[in-house]
Amino acid sequence: MAKAVESLAFERHGLSDEQLRWMLRNMHLQRTIDNRGFQLNRQGKIPFATGSEGHEGIHAGAALAFMRGKDVLVPYYRDAGLCIGVGMEPIDVLLGMFARGGERQGGRQFPSHFTHRAIGIMSFSSIIAAHCPHAAGAAYSMKYRKETGRAVLCCFGDGATSEGEWHESMNFSAVHNLPIVWLCENNEWAISTPREHQMAIKDVVQKAVGYGMRGSMCDGSDPIAVYQTVKDALDHARSGGGPTLVEAKCYRFLSHTTDDDDRTYRSREEVEKHRSLDPILRHERTLLDHGVITVQEIEALKKDVLREVNEITDRAEALPYPDPSQLYVNVYEGTHEPWR
Amino acid sequence: MALATAGTTTMNNVEAVRHTLYEALKADPKTLIMGEDVGARGNVFLITKGFLEEFGPERIIDTPLAEASIVGVAVGMAMEGLRPIAEIQFADFIYPAFNQIVGEAAKTRYRSNGDYTCPLVIRTPYGGGVRGALSHSVSIEALFYHVPGLKIVAPSFPADIKGLLNAAIDDPDPVMFLEHKKTYRLVKGEVPNGHYTIPIGKADVKVAGDALTVVSYGLYVHQAIEAAKQLAADGVSVEVIDLRSIRPMDKTTILESVRKTRKLLIIQEDNKFGGIGAEISAMVAEEAFFDLDAPIRRLAGPDVPAMGYAQTLEEEFMIPTSRMAATMREMVAF
Repeated sequence: MAKAVESLAFERHGLSDEQLRWMLRNMHLQRTIDNRGFQLNRQGKIPFATGSEGHEGIHAGAALAFMRGKDVLVPYYRDAGLCIGVGMEPIDVLLGMFARGGERQGGRQFPSHFTHRAIGIMSFSSIIAAHCPHAAGAAYSMKYRKETGRAVLCCFGDGATSEGEWHESMNFSAVHNLPIVWLCENNEWAISTPREHQMAIKDVVQKAVGYGMRGSMCDGSDPIAVYQTVKDALDHARSGGGPTLVEAKCYRFLSHTTDDDDRTYRSREEVEKHRSLDPILRHERTLLDHGVITVQEIEALKKDVLREVNEITDRAEALPYPDPSQLYVNVYEGTHEPWR
Repeated sequence: MALATAGTTTMNNVEAVRHTLYEALKADPKTLIMGEDVGARGNVFLITKGFLEEFGPERIIDTPLAEASIVGVAVGMAMEGLRPIAEIQFADFIYPAFNQIVGEAAKTRYRSNGDYTCPLVIRTPYGGGVRGALSHSVSIEALFYHVPGLKIVAPSFPADIKGLLNAAIDDPDPVMFLEHKKTYRLVKGEVPNGHYTIPIGKADVKVAGDALTVVSYGLYVHQAIEAAKQLAADGVSVEVIDLRSIRPMDKTTILESVRKTRKLLIIQEDNKFGGIGAEISAMVAEEAFFDLDAPIRRLAGPDVPAMGYAQTLEEEFMIPTSRMAATMREMVAF
């Protein structure tokens, strides 16, 4: 199988060497930050972290397909790499973990629940698929204002596709032919519930036909394939073609969160089997095979990523917690007088 | 408060809602209306009749029959700078949207620390007395008034409807706008011409008096005023306060009145347990206990899941004006 892949011509879909290397750095950065979150939790320094190990290919690919300053991203909590990829400062992930200051999050939300209006990352909650109608509403706003050349990218996991709000959002976006791409990061597991308990179909993308929507599927462990598939869908949306449901298949390497223990519901053999298809190793292999990067450059890149993550960890940890008075701020516009 | 231009127009409550929505659509292209049957049908109470023709299908959206996304899509529009007015056809149908209202709209500003806001209006007709049975009669305010981040208004006079609906549309935060459907065509009044707003969170003393304070909202305000008139004929002056806004609640007006009359009766259509009257009672007991000359009393709907379709069952649920007057007399005599 591996040989067959190698024998294929290298299709870079217009991506420059620099972009291909940027993808690799983004992937390493998000994995290093992920691992840092779990380490900090085990050290007792932060109460909670989520990880997206195994999703790196999706994030690096989708991030390059996203048009900064034009598109709107409506992510979910397993999208740290994607949010960094579209322009969010990596320290924001650490600020979220440490629940430290930061003007946008203010230590309120769980880690990995970002918001960044200035670069088009919409605020979202932990409630699965509750952000999908918001994405449809944002896409409706673009269409309503006749802002062609813009689209919404909304991400969710496979479990989200069971939610009523997800179905309603797909349907609404198709009825109104909205400029939106629905990106399912199908990692096979919704906490402990496998895909076959979630749906009676093998591929999430099969659902698209029921809404009269385009559907496309890609290998989420290949950032180049993800880039091509998501870019095609976003271009289609930006030019008025309407919504697409994209399914990117991947695998969740870590437990759901630091509070979960995946040994209670899936075998180590299964996890190891998927780890052998690691998106980072795969992308490294591709770049090495085609002379886009050298082993030495990869080592230097990894070292630089670790330096950066160490640096932002220290910076975030050194910041103070929000002042308790902040609890009462931004309930409503203006000064809130709590009912006492 | 913006001042109205001179003169008034007589309207019923349906006309007041319609007129205000129409003016809002005319004034601001960011406003749009979305809901079930708001377009070609013009809403089941004909509130938006003709709007589709005048404002077009982009602004008058006949949505799929799916309440969670009516509110949820509107939340997304609001976050991206539009001013959506979402309609839930009957308040009884709002439950599928509970997550979007309580979990999302109410917390958008808070969770993003002000990075995103949710200037959204959710209009819905509620209340009984129209043979609406279990799923076209309910009061929903108690299910939502617990939630910081939301505002809830329930005006029941045409002039209040206009002023508060304008305020809701202008408001930078999510507002639930509750319209008692029995008052739609029953209640008429003078509505000032031109644009004006009434501040959300301000109650209104509809009848001034000194022997008893009655706090109510919705249909029962009108019955409470009628009952107060009956007592006035006997020389007893009862003060009737129309809450108008449920959240935020006008503590000041209630407390000022209770400190004057020293007695408090709360009348609500919703059932008693955990209802609006429960919070008012607790608040007055905490803040004005020593000003009271009688126990606080509440007249409320019975502790059953809903009013039945049969006339006898509906009448048993609803509180007649005679019972309001009798309770007022008991309290005045206490």
